[in-house]
Parts: sequence; structure tokens; C-alpha cells
Amino acid sequence: MSYDNVIVLSFQENNQKFNNKNMKILVCISHVPDTTSKINFTDGDSKFDTNGVQFVINPNDEFGLTRAMWFKEKQGASVDVVNVGGAETEPTLRKALAIGADNAIRVNAEAKDGFQVAKELAKVVQDGGYDLVIAGRESIDYNGGMVPGMLSELIGANFVTNCINLEIDGTNATATREIDGGKETVTTALPLVIAGQKGLVEESDLRIPNMRGIMMARKKPLNVVEAANAETETTSVKFEKPAPKGAVTLVDAGNLDELVNLLHNEAKVI
Amino acid sequence: MSVLVYTESENGKFKKTALEVASYAKAVADQLGTTVTAVAVNADDTSELGKYGVDKVLNVSNSGLDKFNAKSYASVIKQAVEKEDAKVVVVSQTADSKYLAPVLAVGLNAGYASNVVEAPSNTAPFTVKRTAFTNKAFNVTAINTDVKVVGVSNNAFGLVENTASATAEDFSPTVEDSGVTVQSVDKATDKVTIADAEIVVSAGRGLKGPENWGMVEELAEVLGAATACSKPVSDLGWRPHSEHVGQTGKPVASNLYIAIGISGAIQHLAGINASKVKVVVNTDPEAPFFKAADYGVVGDAFEVVPALIEKLKAFKAANA
Ligand SMILES: Cc1cc2nc3c(=O)[nH]c(=O)nc-3n(C[C@H](O)[C@H](O)[C@H](O)COP(=O)(O)OP(=O)(O)OC[C@H]3O[C@@H](n4cnc5c(N)ncnc54)[C@H](O)[C@@H]3O)c2cc1C
Ligand SMILES: Nc1ncnc2c1ncn2[C@@H]1O[C@H](COP(=O)(O)O)[C@@H](O)[C@H]1O
Repeated sequence: MSYDNVIVLSFQENNQKFNNKNMKILVCISHVPDTTSKINFTDGDSKFDTNGVQFVINPNDEFGLTRAMWFKEKQGASVDVVNVGGAETEPTLRKALAIGADNAIRVNAEAKDGFQVAKELAKVVQDGGYDLVIAGRESIDYNGGMVPGMLSELIGANFVTNCINLEIDGTNATATREIDGGKETVTTALPLVIAGQKGLVEESDLRIPNMRGIMMARKKPLNVVEAANAETETTSVKFEKPAPKGAVTLVDAGNLDELVNLLHNEAKVI
Repeated sequence: MSVLVYTESENGKFKKTALEVASYAKAVADQLGTTVTAVAVNADDTSELGKYGVDKVLNVSNSGLDKFNAKSYASVIKQAVEKEDAKVVVVSQTADSKYLAPVLAVGLNAGYASNVVEAPSNTAPFTVKRTAFTNKAFNVTAINTDVKVVGVSNNAFGLVENTASATAEDFSPTVEDSGVTVQSVDKATDKVTIADAEIVVSAGRGLKGPENWGMVEELAEVLGAATACSKPVSDLGWRPHSEHVGQTGKPVASNLYIAIGISGAIQHLAGINASKVKVVVNTDPEAPFFKAADYGVVGDAFEVVPALIEKLKAFKAANA
């Protein structure tokens, strides 16, 4: 709860205090199925079936992008977005531009594993001289939770994961990360990679692109860069769906002894 | 060659997940015909690890590691891997282990599979099953590098006891400065965390307002459970963000998950589906949660929950 106060305060803070006019931010955007998607596979369960699936900006990345827009508007930072993927991810990058990013980069390669993506991103960070990379805690498709940490190690930057608050002052950073059962505040310095999530900004801070944003996004640069053809270290063999679940056992609200009995003797969980 | 496992501790005591990853490491070592070495950092008593299949413990004791730090810890584990010539490194999926694993993987030039739920189905190629699409599916993944890092999901493999005992030796790796300094930790020490909990009691918008959470907390207390909530509940500020579970919140993989006044939206279910047994309490028999649950009570939470608390108290008294 106290965290909410931190965010509110930071949004009201006087931006004169900061000197981040030249901070270059890169937001990593993963292009994922909408959270309501039914998950199916094709080609002998080797490929995700994209049929009828809506793709969106990974929710964790949307929180990060929104925080980046705050650094842009209040502290004068520039914000680029990047995705490693095929041409089909361009509408997702355009959406990020419509939300307010300045430039988009698509590394033209099929994303195959976390290590390969991290290597491709490392090249983009080095070529672009970014000070701060904002990625997400995990992508909701592969759930790897690995790209940001790998990237930080590849480029020799500091790293904070599960980040729920981030303040930058010059080259100093203060970040809060969620830990099991609480949170921890750390200080570190740029260059920095963070893996963010809800809390970095609140749900109510997220922006739905308006008409003007969408029009402007059409004119903003979306640069396609050739891949470095980084290697993978893992191979996806196949996908499986969870076994279908049996029907629910209903217990009468007036007979809760039966529920206790079932949980104790049948399910053996109490 | 051996299998190396990082056994996480807190205030000198091993976490339950440490014993679980030790059990997992033992299963891998048996498949490979080798032994298990554990790395323990500032742990008080490592003898317990033998019971879960560890043959040798490398005891690291260093005040520079009092506070967790991903890069320093990754470097310590890397030095242990090199010392032991380990080919497989097993870690848990606690917040800290998830933080260090990708950093460690790059340091070791190792492929990393996270959220692994079963022992390898094959060791050459090294093949594991992991969850993907937030528990809506599994992905079978082969790790092709010489050294492999495996992140085992909490509560997926379970504890497997052995009769062996472990030898211990002191290990003094170089501890690097990591560039990230902990300033303050804010953690409720008296509460069970969602990550560690065997039982999670979760409530949704059906509870109408934050003033009604007393009975949820009481139910959790009777069960020794952690409390959680649906996303709108934390968005509305009824409960702290740290309790938000689901696809965009914390994952839950408890033995028992009790959902009270939660409809069972796909994003909610995705995040809690890894729980073994699910119970739903909801006034609406058509609520989607009933399709995902093992046990259900169609009824008003304001009647069912207090009654259930009384029944459980009586059950506990009788079984004490
Ligand atoms: C991108 C995205 C991500 C999302 N991520 C998540 C996530 O991570 N986690 C999450 O939880 N949601 C998530 N959601 C939201 C999700 O879609 C649902 O809106 C949300 O889970 C509903 O919360 P609820 O069940 O508490 O509320 P409701 O859907 O309003 O359900 C309340 C339930 O309470 C029952 N009820 C009412 N009165 C009583 C009573 N007296 N006793 C018993 N039962 C009663 C009702 O029958 C109803 O089923 C996400 C949505 C989006 C779009
Ligand atoms: N193909 C990709 N292109 C750009 N960024 C990515 C890509 N995949 C993952 N990321 C970033 O890394 C984060 C964690 O992803 P993952 O490691 O796949 O769970 C995401 O939230 C993104 O910020």
C-alpha cells in the first residue's frame, strides 16, 4: 500500500531536480497472444496456432513503456522500442509508437530462445548506446523470465528484476523490486537493465493510443535491422496441453463438514 | 562431473524449495550416474541436505553475501560449478533464484530452462518439460549446451527423502561487487508468503469491500495459509498489489487454493492453475471457476466462510 504513495509522489515531483535530457531508453517489447487467447498448437504440436489469436504488447512491457513515457515527458529522455521477431510483430511496435515511443526497431529474426533474443538485443543496445533498458519480468507466452538478466550480463550492465518502482537522477538509479513476501529498495547506476511489472506504473496510468497518436505513429521510423544470427542454446521439441480436468465435486453450503472431510481424507491437503 | 544444486536459505535456514531442488538434483544425478553437490550460502546447519540426496555440501560463509545479490551469488555458484566440473546446475524459482539464473547461465555459457515441472525425460539430448503460456500449456525443451541450468518450479517435484548423509567442506569463492546495493528491505516476517505457502486463501470482488477481509484472514490463519486476491481487488486498492495473483500477478502453485467470490476469468485461472487442489465458493453456480475447481460450494461467502472457519477449528481441535 505504501508503494502507491511513492508512485503518486514521483509523478508530482518537480522535474527541475533531474538532469536526464540525454538519457536514451530502450524498451524491449515482446509480442504475445492476448491474455484471453485459447492456446492451441499445430504441425504435430510443434507450433503455436496463431489462428484467430489477437497479439498485444506483453503486459509487463506495457507497464515499462508507460514508465519510459514518464521519463520522456518529465525528464526529457528519448524512448525507442525494440522487438526481435518477424514482420507480423510490426503492428505491436506501431502500437508502442502510438503510445508515444520515438522510434521502433525490429530485429528481423524469428525469436527461438531467450539466449538468442538476448544476444540480438545486446547488439541493438551497443549500437544505439542506450543508458537504460526497460524489459518485462517475463513474457506471458514463453514465460522464460530470462531475456533481461541475460542481456544485462551480455552487455555488462547493472540489473534489477521484478521492478515495481524506478527513479533516475543523473546516472544514479533507485529501484524497488518485489521479493517473496515483501519488497526491497536498491541503489544502482546506469547503464542499467530492469525487468518490470505492474507497480512500475499503475493500471490507471496505462494509455490507450488516441487517433492523433495512431496518425503520428504511422510517420515515425520503424527500422528493420538484420539479425546478427545469434545461436540458440535450447530447442523447443513440442507442446502439450494439460490433461482435461474431472468435474467439480459440489458440497452443499449447509454441509461443510463434508468439505473438511473431503479435503482431509480424499484430497489430503489439510 | 556432478550435479550442482543451489540450496537457498534465509536467516541461516533452508527454504522448503531448497530441499525440493535437492530432491530434483538427486533424480538427475541418478539418471546421469553421478553425485550431487550443494552450494549453501551462510547456512547454519547443512546436515539436513543429506536427507534429500545431497552427497557433498560446499559451505560458503561470507558477510559480503548477507544480503542477496544476483550477480555476486551467480558468480559464487559459477565458481562452484567450475570447481566441481558440474554439467547440470539446478536452482529453484523463488524470486531470488529467478533473478540469478539467467545471469548465471550467461556466465556459464549454459542453456537455461525455467519453470521446469518434471525430472528430465531424457539426458541426451537433455530434455525437460516446462510450463508455458502461463500454465495453459507445457513446452518440452531440449538444452543443447555442455552445461545446463534448470529452474525447477516451486511445489512441482516435491520432496524425496533418502537415507544418505552429506559431507561438508568450506568453500571460499571470490565475492565480486555487483553494482546493486540493497538500501532497505520491507518484509512481513510473521506472514506466510504466497511463494512458500502450502495453502493459499484468495478472495475477489464478490467480497464487496476491504472491510470484509477479516474473515479471509481468519480462514488463512486457521489453515496456516497465505492470503491472495484477484486483480480488480488490488487495482481498487482493497488489498496490496503483492497479493494480486494470476497471469499478470504472482503465480500460485500451492497444494490447496481456496477462491472466494472470484469468478474464474481466464487470466485469473492461468496464474493459479498449477495449484494441485482448487476449492471455489461462489453464489453463482454458472461462475467459470466451477469448471476449473475440484471442490465447489454454491453459496454466499458471508455465510460459508464463517461457518467453514468454525468447522476447521473443530477439525483442528479434534486432530491436534
Ligand atoms: C490483460 C489482463 C490481465 C489480467 N490479469 C489478471 C490477473 O492476473 N489476475 C486476475 O485475477 N485477473 C486478471 N484480469 C482480470 C480478469 O479478467 C477478471 O476481470 C478478474 O479476475 C475478475 O475478478 P473477480 O473474480 O474478483 O471479480 P468478478 O469477475 O466481478 O467476480 C466476482 C464473483 O463473486 C461472486 N460473488 C458475488 N457476491 C458473492 C458472495 N456474497 N459470495 C460468494 N460469491 C459472490 C460473483 O458471482 C462473481 O463470480 C486481467 C484482465 C486483463 C484484461
Ligand atoms: N522477441 C523479443 N523481442 C524483444 N524483447 C523481448 C523478446 N522476448 C522477450 N523480450 C523482453 O524480455 C522480457 C522477458 O521475456 P522472457 O525472458 O521471454 O520471459 C519481455 O517482457 C520483453 O521485455
